[in-house]
Amino acid sequence: MDPDNIPRTLPRYSATFDPATLAEIRRAAATGLYDIRGGGTKRRVPHFDDLLFLGASISRYPLEGYREKCATDVWLGTRFAKTPIHLKIPVTIAGMSFGSLSAQAKEALGRGATIAGTSTTTGDGGMTPEERGQSQTLVYQYLPSRYGMNPDDLRKADAIEVVVGQGAKPGGGGMLLGQKISDRVAQMRTLPQGIDQRSACRHPDWTGPDDLEIKIEELRELTDWQKPIYVKIGATRPYYDVALAVKSGADVIVLDGMQGGTAATQEVFIEHVGIPILAAIRPAVQALQDQDMHRKVQLIVSGGIRNGADVAKAMALGADAVAIGTAALVALGDNDPSLEAEYQALGTTAGAYDDWQDGRDPAGITTQDPLLAARLDPVAGGRRLANYLAVLTLEAQTVARACGKSHLHNLEPEDLVALTLEAAAMARVPLAGTDWVPGSKAGL
Amino acid sequence: MPILDLATTSRRDLNARLHGLGTGRDEGDWRVLNPAGQHALAVGIDAPVTVRIAGPVGYYCAGMNQQATVIIEGNAGVGVAENMMSGTVHVKGDASQAAGATAHGGLLIIDGNASARCGISMKGVAILVKGSIGPMSAFMAQSGSLVVLGDSGGALGDSIYEAHLYVRGQVGSLGADCCEKPLRDQHKQELRALLDAAGIDASVKVEHFKRYGSARTLYNFHIDNAGAY
Repeated sequence: MDPDNIPRTLPRYSATFDPATLAEIRRAAATGLYDIRGGGTKRRVPHFDDLLFLGASISRYPLEGYREKCATDVWLGTRFAKTPIHLKIPVTIAGMSFGSLSAQAKEALGRGATIAGTSTTTGDGGMTPEERGQSQTLVYQYLPSRYGMNPDDLRKADAIEVVVGQGAKPGGGGMLLGQKISDRVAQMRTLPQGIDQRSACRHPDWTGPDDLEIKIEELRELTDWQKPIYVKIGATRPYYDVALAVKSGADVIVLDGMQGGTAATQEVFIEHVGIPILAAIRPAVQALQDQDMHRKVQLIVSGGIRNGADVAKAMALGADAVAIGTAALVALGDNDPSLEAEYQALGTTAGAYDDWQDGRDPAGITTQDPLLAARLDPVAGGRRLANYLAVLTLEAQTVARACGKSHLHNLEPEDLVALTLEAAAMARVPLAGTDWVPGSKAGL
Repeated sequence: MPILDLATTSRRDLNARLHGLGTGRDEGDWRVLNPAGQHALAVGIDAPVTVRIAGPVGYYCAGMNQQATVIIEGNAGVGVAENMMSGTVHVKGDASQAAGATAHGGLLIIDGNASARCGISMKGVAILVKGSIGPMSAFMAQSGSLVVLGDSGGALGDSIYEAHLYVRGQVGSLGADCCEKPLRDQHKQELRALLDAAGIDASVKVEHFKRYGSARTLYNFHIDNAGAY
C-alpha cells in the first residue's frame, strides 16, 4: 500500500447538522438573540404543486377558452352584513401594516387592487389616508394591539377583519423593531419612537368564542350592521376554529397557512408552528358544511398562493376566494434581481432577502427610511400588481374552462388528484391514477 | 328628554337613534330604562349628548364613545368604554374586566371597584376608580392616566409604556418593567385635576398617592433581560 496514494474520504456534511444549522448555532452563541425575519416558512411542505387538475375529455365537456364565459366574481359578507362586498376577482390582498410596509407600498397595493377590482387590507397600525384614498374596497383589521383603532376609520372601512391569528405565527403577537418605529409610525401607534414593539397575542377585552360573539355584536352595532365582519385565523386546528368562528357570528373566515408571510417573527415560530394551507382547507370546508354554512359564510384562504393554478386549486377544495401577501410584494418589486448588488451588500441575494424587520429594503417596500421608500413609485407598482392579478385570474379561468366550469366557484374536489400520499390525505382527493383517498373509509 | 325603554325598544333601535344625532349641537339628556345587562348599549356615539342608563349593563357599554357623556346607574360588564376616544363614561357601580381597554381619550369614572385588566393597553384615556382594581391592570398601558383611590391587584402595569399610574392604597405587586416613580409637582397637578374632574373633594390628598410608571428597561430587547419576559 502506497501511503501517499490512499483514496481519501470526501468531506461530508451531516444531514442533521447541515451548514445552515451550524451557522445558526454559531450566530446564536455569538449574540444570545433568536433569529427574527420576515416572510413565511421556507421549508418544503405539501402544497398545491402536489395536486393536478383532471381536464375534461369524453366524460366531461370543456368550455371554449376564448369564447365561453368563465365568471370570477365573488360576494363576501352575505350572512349578516347589510352591505356585502362584491369583488370582480376572487384574489384579495392580505392584511399588511403601514409600519411593516412603507406608505408608498400601501398606496401601491391599494392602487393595484382597485384596478383589478378587488380588496386590500390594513394591518397592525391603523389606516393611512394614502391607503384609504387609493383602495376602492378596504378591509380594516381589528387586532389585539388596537394600534390606531378608532371609530371614524371603522366607519370608513368596507369590512372589518377581527384578527385572531396568522399563519406565520398562530398564537403570536405582532413585532416591529425599533428601526422601523419612525415618528409617523410611533404617533399612529401611540408608542415611544424607536422602541422594539412587541404587541399582544390576545385581544384585550375578549377571550374565547362566547366573548368573540359579543365582540362581533358590538362591532355590528357600532357600524349599524352595514359592514361584513371577517375573522382571520392561523391554520392550526381549522375544523374547530372555523366552527367556532361561525358560531361567533362571522360573515367571512380568513384561513392563513404557515406559508403566509409576516413582517417580523422569530424563525423558530415561522418554521415550527402552524400547518400548511393544503392541510387546512378541507377541514375548514368540512366545518362549514357540517353547519350548513358552506358558501353562506365565505372562506378566504391564504399562504403560498403564487399563480392561477394555486387559486383554482384552493377554490376547487372549497374556498370562496384567496388572499395574497408575499406574491403581491414581489409584484411590487420585492427581491428583484435588478437590486442584486444591494442585496449582496446586505449579506444576502435577490430571492432570499427576508430581513424585512431591519427596514433597509432596497426595493423601498419593507422600510420606513424615506429615501428607500421613495424608490417605490406607487403608480407603477400598482400597475404591476394589477397586471399580476389579471394573470392570476386568467390562469385560474384557463384551468376552470378546461374542467368545464362556467364559474371559478364551480370547481370541485372531484376535479383534482394528488401526486403524493401526503397531498392526497391532506386534500382528501385520490392519488393520481387510483381511487385511493388515504384516510377515507373507502381508502382504509 | 327622550326616554327609551329597552323592555319595549330594541338595542338596535337605541343605537341607531343615538348614531343619528348631530355632532355639532347639544343633543340634551336621554334616559334608557330596563337595560337588564344587555351588551353593546350606547356604543359608537359621536355627539354631545348625555345618556343615563337606569340599571346594569353587559359587555362593551359606551364602546368607542366620542363626545357623549354616558352614565350607568348600576354595574358594568366587560370592556366598558373600550376604545373610547373622547367624552365621559361614569359607572355608578362596579365594573368588570378590561374597563377602558385601549381607550384613546376621554374620562372613565368608576365609583365602585374595577376587576382585572382595568386600563389594559390604554392609549390616552383618563381612568379614575374610587374603589380598588384587579390584577394585571394597565397591562401594556401606552398613554393616559389611571387613578385608583383603593388598592391594586398584582402585576400592576406589566410591560407598561408611558401611561401614568397613581394608586392611593396597596399594590399587590408590580408587573415587569413597572416601578415606583417620584411624585413631582407636575404629577400632583395632573392628579389633582383628575380628582377634580371626577368630583372628588379636597379631603382626598394627592400626597397620599404613589406614582408608578415604566422603568423603560424592556423598550429594546437585550439578552440579559430575557428572564423578565
